Amino acid sequence: MSYIDIVPIGDIEEPLLLFLKQSLFQTFKIETKIRRQRFDLSSVYDPTRNQYHSSGLLLQLINDAPPEALKIIGVTELDLFIPIFTFLFGEAQLEGKGAIVSAHRLHNPFYGLPENKDLFKNRLSKESIHELGHTFGLIHCFNLRCVMNTSTYVEDIDQKSANFCRTCERKVFQWQEGKNI
Amino acid sequence: MASTFNPGMEEEMDSQSIGILIVDDEFSVRDSLYNWFKVEGYRVDTGANATEALKKLQESQWDIVLLDIKMPGMDGIELQKHIKKIDKTIAVIIITAYATVDTAVEAMKDGAFDYISKPIDPDKLSILIRNAINQRRLVAENIQLKQKVEELSLQDEIVGESPQIKKIQEMIEVVAQTDATVLIRGESGTGKELVAQAIHGKSNRRYFPIISINCGSLAEGILESELFGHEKGAFTGAQYKRKGKLEMANGGTIFFDEIGNIPPKMQMDLLRVIETKQFAPLGSNKIINVDFRVIAATNTDLEKEVAEKNFREDFYYRLNVFSIHIPPLRERPADIPQLAHYFLKKYAQSMNKKVTDISPEAMKILTEYDWPGNIRELRNSIERALVVVGKKSRIEKEDMNLPHLVRPTTLEADSLEDLERVHIQRILEKNSWNISKSAEILKIDRVTLYNKIKKFNLQK
Repeated sequence: MSYIDIVPIGDIEEPLLLFLKQSLFQTFKIETKIRRQRFDLSSVYDPTRNQYHSSGLLLQLINDAPPEALKIIGVTELDLFIPIFTFLFGEAQLEGKGAIVSAHRLHNPFYGLPENKDLFKNRLSKESIHELGHTFGLIHCFNLRCVMNTSTYVEDIDQKSANFCRTCERKVFQWQEGKNI
Repeated sequence: MASTFNPGMEEEMDSQSIGILIVDDEFSVRDSLYNWFKVEGYRVDTGANATEALKKLQESQWDIVLLDIKMPGMDGIELQKHIKKIDKTIAVIIITAYATVDTAVEAMKDGAFDYISKPIDPDKLSILIRNAINQRRLVAENIQLKQKVEELSLQDEIVGESPQIKKIQEMIEVVAQTDATVLIRGESGTGKELVAQAIHGKSNRRYFPIISINCGSLAEGILESELFGHEKGAFTGAQYKRKGKLEMANGGTIFFDEIGNIPPKMQMDLLRVIETKQFAPLGSNKIINVDFRVIAATNTDLEKEVAEKNFREDFYYRLNVFSIHIPPLRERPADIPQLAHYFLKKYAQSMNKKVTDISPEAMKILTEYDWPGNIRELRNSIERALVVVGKKSRIEKEDMNLPHLVRPTTLEADSLEDLERVHIQRILEKNSWNISKSAEILKIDRVTLYNKIKKFNLQK
């Protein structure tokens, strides 16, 4: 039976993982599981930037993925980067298996504002759905309410909904049908 | 690893049609940016060096090139010069390390759209790409509009092969390149406004408007308001603020038609505006600076009007800097066939008629006619002939309806009987062979007219 593998990278609160488990299941209609895995963080840490190389972490995530997992998403509080960019909210393999999402810049205090736990949870959920959406072959959507709409700023995440638009939703389920899921 | 990233950019345009070429010698940079743009839905390709980039630039159309400055072989600055030779409208975005910002500034002086430092802030890249796309769209629109203006400026041509017309065309070419005031003189219907439009259309002001004002058709008070504009409440009935034609012509040309009919007070006011390029709208103290070229036209004898003190001498000299005289059509009959065919083609197209020619007999009528109304009358005659031509493929003699078809000088009618024949034929043709109407005009009864037609063997 296919499932979506949710893997915390570093410390992630259990209730948050359970919230994600639920919201990803509701969106993709695929069973979700939480799995713990060890990561070699020192190999992906850049001391000059004080950030973690996103692609390196994603590679570790995929290399250790169980074969029966349909998709795998790593969730971390670490601040992610790739060399050309200053930061990333997340990274995904387009129509591939893995994705990673960083909660680091989704917290209000990062922007000097008081913490809002509900807002944070929703942001993380939207970004996780968004990155997993890419693994189902979706590119960014022009529909401002669609979860696949691009998010340049954290406020953009708040503007969009946690749902796919009809077109993107159809594509996700067509992709699943194509794989007999 | 084929990875995708978020954040991304918000773009309202059809991103599939936008092509982005990434040129960088570092694989990780090319790969990261490739994936980042790919997930946005752009058409993306990469080049590891100048040679690869130039090959891809020749192979297909690119809108944006992201270009690294430091590359082995030809560097980004040099490559940008080659890119601009291929397509100067491509938006080049320079990617640079902090240490080479000075070089990036140099690249911008060479025409780069902008530069971005490594590591790139995704927010900034989003905005930069969006701005570059908008700029490309504006450039494309600008080119399109300019083409449209060129087409429009060529809509009505100055047609003719006669020495007089060739001379006028040469004068237009010469004066269009200057900002000199032009006075166009000629009888009504000779095409003075067309010459004014041609001068404007060939001048550097062609992307700005040409504003026409008929000085003869407006009362003095209205003319003043039309020219200078007015503030709300400047006079009774001025319910709204209104921009005057002088202000509307800013950057372009103002064309004063029938300048000879302008009232003396307005002559003084206009002279001042033309001299200073400044004026205040009616009811306003605010001075408006304007920049326009003046072209005026008249069919009146301005020298006579100056002598009779009806036209200010100083205004006359200010207008008469470069004078173009358009001869009446009767003085250049050689141009008639070409003009007739020009109008035939134009109106046949607009009326969706498949009329392609004018019969020799009809052309003979056209070339022998005096054309007191000049080109305007010829144009109207061809337009009318096309209305009555029916399904024929050429205009025939009977399709023409000119008030004075035959000039007295060309009449082969020395005898009283010949004159009668020609006169009856003319009246019949003028009235489309309506017997009752023609008989009424000739003040004879219908039977007599039938008899005359039979006697003179007159035919439609």
